[in-house]
Amino acid sequence: MEYVIIGNSAAAVGAVEGIRQIDKEGKITLISNETHHTYSRPLISYLLQGKTDRQRMKYRPDSFYEDNVCITLFGKNATEIDREGKAIVLEDGGRIPYGKLLVAAGSSPFIPPMPGIETVPKRFSFMSLDDAEALEKALFPQARVLIVGAGLIGLKCAEGIEDRVGKITVIDLAPRILSSILDEEGAHIVQEHLEKCGIEFRLGVSVKTFAGVRAELTNGECLDFDILVTAVGVRPNISLVKDAGGKTDKGIVVDEFMQTSIPDVYAAGDCVMSRDITSGMDRVLALLPNAYAGGRIAGIAMAGGEPPKPKMMPMNAIGFFGLHILTAGTYEGDVFEMREGSNYKKLFYSGNVLNGFIMIGKVDKAGIYTSLIREKTPLSDIDFEMVSREPSLIAFARSYRDEKLGGKSYEN
Amino acid sequence: MKRVYVNEEWCLGCHLCEYNCAFANSGKKDMASALKNIKIRPNIRVETDGKICFAVSCRHCDEPFCVSNCISGALTKEEGIIKIEREKCVGCYTCVLSCPYGCITPSESGAMQKCELCANNGGVPACVKGCPNNAIVFEER
Repeated sequence: MEYVIIGNSAAAVGAVEGIRQIDKEGKITLISNETHHTYSRPLISYLLQGKTDRQRMKYRPDSFYEDNVCITLFGKNATEIDREGKAIVLEDGGRIPYGKLLVAAGSSPFIPPMPGIETVPKRFSFMSLDDAEALEKALFPQARVLIVGAGLIGLKCAEGIEDRVGKITVIDLAPRILSSILDEEGAHIVQEHLEKCGIEFRLGVSVKTFAGVRAELTNGECLDFDILVTAVGVRPNISLVKDAGGKTDKGIVVDEFMQTSIPDVYAAGDCVMSRDITSGMDRVLALLPNAYAGGRIAGIAMAGGEPPKPKMMPMNAIGFFGLHILTAGTYEGDVFEMREGSNYKKLFYSGNVLNGFIMIGKVDKAGIYTSLIREKTPLSDIDFEMVSREPSLIAFARSYRDEKLGGKSYEN
Repeated sequence: MKRVYVNEEWCLGCHLCEYNCAFANSGKKDMASALKNIKIRPNIRVETDGKICFAVSCRHCDEPFCVSNCISGALTKEEGIIKIEREKCVGCYTCVLSCPYGCITPSESGAMQKCELCANNGGVPACVKGCPNNAIVFEER
């Protein structure tokens, strides 16, 4: 079997490992428009912060491609899927035949129309290693940085460069920061913390016009800056599959084996729609753990194995200047709430299952909550009141502990 | 494959496993300098509600979410043991969010730490060696 993978990030790596679990022989070719060894995208802010470096941020060891016998075509753009001829067409005219294809093409920064943005001399996105390195070159100690977008990417960027610039202002159209993962109260706690660390905010506004190094906001305020970072959002890269006639929505549509509507073509990672097990909705869940899991499912399926069922859900671990935020699932149902200083916790539950949670500050053992969500553990089987106060295994039935900690099986 | 298993009914709640773990992973030669006046950060922790008690450490899962979800590639599973390469870890807490047993915790440096079955400490986990009542054992089940 000839496997071709478009992409070289978490989903692609998951697919390589999934394929090699089943098929040690088949030829695997990885095509990527980047030229780097596989690296962790979410680490680019840590790179600027000096918490990692180019060697340590590699997602897999230097010997990864060799160990897994992969051919790498890096610095190449795939422009078309020839579904009849079962081949990938490259921008340079090359044709790469495939038996099974995985599209793990990721997403691209989305920059909404902002009049005058082309007049800004120093503007950057913050998605890739190249973006981070380009931004790094532009930094200087007195620099005033304007970040458009108070989401995960914009705020991680702010943290990453805070020590290396003079001033950072973050603006967002939403009335609160991290609006995709936090409720109002949680967002307020994190914003206060970020402000103490020197980040300024303008919320509920957007840029009306740019003129060089000046931005006029919709509230009439004018901000002068030296460096602009746009981190408004991302768009899944769906065009390869869409142009080939494959089914797409906001992302590429796949089944539980990560197969697209085109025979022998699979997709995984930030470019696909996944079923969120906590809401039952199909959505783009552009998060590294989901990308790896989807890639691995695809790889196993492509190699003819039996992959595990996808159990995707929103889950975020993010921290700023020592304040940690862990969230998972859907924020619907009854609410259990605890607040002590900057420690904040909200659990959302209904119909005897935990749907989601937000934890800020004290986040120990949060995975016990994630597991309750993922496994849809009936809350009536555990001491939910106890586990709500503090995640612990003591709140579970003795039989659960005997199985998980004692290695006893109740199947026989 | 040998793992640390819990015999809940035998646990006295004495917390010796926590001290032995912290000592074994301290790199120090004597217990006093490793533990005295130090807030220990053991990789095994006793849970108790006053009546029931038991010790919890990494299960070295067959399908470890901590490893598959790790964003840096710092967590790996080799020969049945889930290990963390602390130099690669940036302390993002995705593993804390992923572990169903609460068994990955931050070290003093901010990088995560976890039980590696004392693979580099002589092979038999120090927690088990020092357990006075066989409440944790290192065996195949």
